[in-house]
Amino acid sequence: MVAATRQLCTFFLGEHTFGVDAHLVQEVIRYQEMTRVPLTPPSVSGLINLRGQIVTAIDMRKRLSYPERTDGKLPMNVVIRSEEGAVSLLVDAIGDVIEVSQDCFETPPDTLQGTTRELIGGAYKLKDRLLLVLNTKNALHEKIAE
Amino acid sequence: MGLDDQDRELLTEFVVESQEHLSDVENQLLTLESQGDAMDVSLVNTVFRAVHSIKGAAGFLGLDVLQGLAHREEEILNKLRNQELRPTSLVIDTLLKATDRLKGLLDDIDTSNEQDVSEHLAALERILSGELQDDLAGSATSDGEQPASVDEANDGLSNEALREFLVESYDNLEQLERDLMQLEGDPSSTELINGVFRSIHTIKGTAGFLGYGLLERLTHVSENLLGDVRSGKLPMSAEISSALLLAVDKIRELLQAIEASGTETECGSEDLAAALTRLHEILLPPEKASGTESAPSKKTSRKTASKSKKKPAAKASDKPATGGAQANDASSMPAAEQQVLHTPPQSNKTMEPSTTSATPTSPPASKSALNDVSAAESTIRVDVALLDKLMTGVGELVLARNQILQFANGNVESELHRTSQRLNLITSELQESVMKTRMQPIGNVWSKFPRLVRDLAGICGKEVRIEMEGKETELDKTIIEAIKDPLTHLVRNTVDHGIERPEVRVENGKQREGCLTLRAYHEGGQVNIEICDDGAGVNAERIKAKALEKGLMTQEQLAKLSDRDVGNLIFLPGFSTAEKVSNVSGRGVGMDVVKTNIEKIGGTVDLQSQQGVGTVIKIKIPLTLAIIPALIVTCDNYRYAIPQVNLLELLRLDGDQVDSNIEWIQSSPVYRLRGRLLPLVYLREQLKVDGESDSDALNIVVLRADDRQFGLVVDRINDSEEIVVKPLSSQLKNVPVYSGTTIMGDGQVALILDVMGLAQTSNVIADGGKGASQEYQERSQTGNRDQHSLLVAGVGDSHRFAVELEQVTRLEKIDASSIEIADNREVVQYRGEILSLVRLSDIMGVCSSRDPEDQLLDVIVYSEGEQTVGIVVDRIIDIVDQAIDITKHAQSHGRAVSAVIQGQVTDLIDLPAIMSQCV
Repeated sequence: MVAATRQLCTFFLGEHTFGVDAHLVQEVIRYQEMTRVPLTPPSVSGLINLRGQIVTAIDMRKRLSYPERTDGKLPMNVVIRSEEGAVSLLVDAIGDVIEVSQDCFETPPDTLQGTTRELIGGAYKLKDRLLLVLNTKNALHEKIAE
Repeated sequence: MGLDDQDRELLTEFVVESQEHLSDVENQLLTLESQGDAMDVSLVNTVFRAVHSIKGAAGFLGLDVLQGLAHREEEILNKLRNQELRPTSLVIDTLLKATDRLKGLLDDIDTSNEQDVSEHLAALERILSGELQDDLAGSATSDGEQPASVDEANDGLSNEALREFLVESYDNLEQLERDLMQLEGDPSSTELINGVFRSIHTIKGTAGFLGYGLLERLTHVSENLLGDVRSGKLPMSAEISSALLLAVDKIRELLQAIEASGTETECGSEDLAAALTRLHEILLPPEKASGTESAPSKKTSRKTASKSKKKPAAKASDKPATGGAQANDASSMPAAEQQVLHTPPQSNKTMEPSTTSATPTSPPASKSALNDVSAAESTIRVDVALLDKLMTGVGELVLARNQILQFANGNVESELHRTSQRLNLITSELQESVMKTRMQPIGNVWSKFPRLVRDLAGICGKEVRIEMEGKETELDKTIIEAIKDPLTHLVRNTVDHGIERPEVRVENGKQREGCLTLRAYHEGGQVNIEICDDGAGVNAERIKAKALEKGLMTQEQLAKLSDRDVGNLIFLPGFSTAEKVSNVSGRGVGMDVVKTNIEKIGGTVDLQSQQGVGTVIKIKIPLTLAIIPALIVTCDNYRYAIPQVNLLELLRLDGDQVDSNIEWIQSSPVYRLRGRLLPLVYLREQLKVDGESDSDALNIVVLRADDRQFGLVVDRINDSEEIVVKPLSSQLKNVPVYSGTTIMGDGQVALILDVMGLAQTSNVIADGGKGASQEYQERSQTGNRDQHSLLVAGVGDSHRFAVELEQVTRLEKIDASSIEIADNREVVQYRGEILSLVRLSDIMGVCSSRDPEDQLLDVIVYSEGEQTVGIVVDRIIDIVDQAIDITKHAQSHGRAVSAVIQGQVTDLIDLPAIMSQCV
């Protein structure tokens, strides 16, 4: 085993930087027209047609209870592979893929509560900011029960 | 002795093959039983053959128990074949049981050798010894005819059996050839040798059985040779394999001759057989071993080079020796054999892939062989997963096609438009063909029913005959799988509950033997499957009592039900009327499961029964699930697809009609659809979408869910389209109103509405109102028979009259005060013309029951050419769709014939006759 490093694909939501394991990311695409799905939780933004594959888009701002986007910019799709096919995360903007060392990882403090707690698996302490690791599994699933 | 890993594959193959064999045997045995003394000898042969090949292969694989059982069975079949035994139900029964046991052994092949089959063996033995064959003596000599010999049997050999044999043998040959090639590269592989041996043995066995002597001799010699190789007495050499390959070619020639003319044609096979025998004799002495070690003939290496490029190893080892081998060979074999083995020119031709095969010695073969593709080439086996993949691919293509079409329709003159039209056609054809590959005849499911019915009838002490119509009706594979269990259950139920005991039947003046008919046919993109019996029918009173007892329905609810609805109560969960729970049915699960399973695949099930006459259970299912026709509607600017299966009709109410025609019962909106209340469900409300539709018209989609009708109000009705159904993602699965997603022509995603789910969430299904459903049922009940839309009107206190709706021009309400008299006749001014009025009560000689105070008259306006007449009736009752057998009847007063409509006797009025009376 090589000393643990991890490649994370980063993206931005509000003032925070998030990351998901790069190998989980199928692709990143521009905002797409989507079909709204009534009767679903607000975080389900709609369905997009990704080359014949139907992908559910989840608005991460709503998922994390952030305020709505106000700058008028369209969100980006980060398409994640999951066990039940691809799911898209709508985020503000895309960052680089960076390699982080396990040394600078810390689990979230207990003061972090609620939904956010379930969604954030921990933080990498980068020089200038914190990189929050998204627990994709919870991000995609937990909401159904609500 | 255990089975080593090498045999694993062989074993699996054997199991699959044997199961295939056995699947037919069952029905064939049943047919034999029904044929009795007039049994079809060729059918016995077919069964014999199946059992025989299982026996052979089992013996080879060391499956002793299986072999033993199959052997005994074979012996009995042999006696049947020679007419030493009659196919009495006892014999067939024993054979069936033994066949079942064989199946059981195959299912659990690993432990088959430890299993105990002595009971079956004993039963078979008893029959063989004649112990139980009470009427054997009489029958054997009863009809003075000679027992059919094997040769005669061949003449009667059905085309199908022959074809099967050919396909199988071609397959075997193919395999044999491949194995031989590989064997050259890997001469020590026992697995390959076993494979080769088995292939040739199978052909031998069948050929011998079918009486093809030439084929049998040749294969026999080859088998002998191989036998020694297998046992290690002879090393595998190129010489042997080339000789065997020659034999393969010759066998193929013989088969082709059989295929073309039905008989063998001598084309040098005898010489080859003799040559092989001699080769065998020459090779067997041990001192020859050195000479044969690496001595491929010219022929072999040529074949190896041209036929199997995939075996470079084989070539490499063989090639260097080729030159000298010839001499080596020559010394070890007499010249005659050399000739035969190395130079039959015709065998070269037969190696060519297509059908140019015919040899000069078999002219009859050449003609038809050129015309027909040989049996083995016309069918191939394909992995279902591959077909599924193909299906998905075509689904995508359909979507892309739709997009292109939309794009190209913009400018009709362009090249793109023309190309896209072609693409359209090609795609449709492709889609159809791919769908067809997944289609299977429903007979595949039905084939196990004769046995099931027979056994069940035996258990229940009934006599039941099963008949099948439309076996060849094809359905998508996934649907076939899905209906297997429900159908089995229904058939079981019919035998158990539907058909009466023979004594009871006779008492009621029916034949002792009950008849169960399975019928399948296509209708409007759907498949209908009917399970009919001529049994006791459903006892409405008993069902009602049961429903009450089980608390499934209240007294009031029951009172409202029609007989037809009562019949369908058996589909309620927890319902069972079986007086005693048998091991056949009657556990109160089942019918509701049947219903749910059928509905799961978008089907419906309906029961119609007439007490004392019989029951028909009608199942309607879609042809396929992957691509379905759907109606596209819009709600809040997003499109939704509604499967056409659920669709009954479309209604549109314009502006002012909306307010006047929508009525409210408390807070529930309803619409009067032909006199019945149709509950309305607003899609916007159901989807919790804010805002109002921008259109001032009201679009109502009349849908059916679980035999209830309801109107779904949508913003706009777009079009109907074929859509490719895609599953819902896990995030959406919990929402009951969606059943799937699809991609529209423009690339946007649309949700497919689940009509059942929608009906449930909007409480259409739970409300217990039966009005709407009843009308639907009346319509569906009459199905595709001669259907008429009838306007029912009333005159007098109780007289009902009906006219065909299509004859009616208009219905009017006319103010009685506007009636004037002209030429002794009542007339009104109507649309600028004079309309003569006729009072139906006068014509029919009935006293009008109209309230004289009522100033508005109901008038049916009827036109014929220039002539128009208004027929005054007391009241308009309803419009119904019903099948009526309208026969030209002695006409009196314009009354054509009477019929029962909505449970009441109704006279059908002959409008033209009335017209002629009053003009």
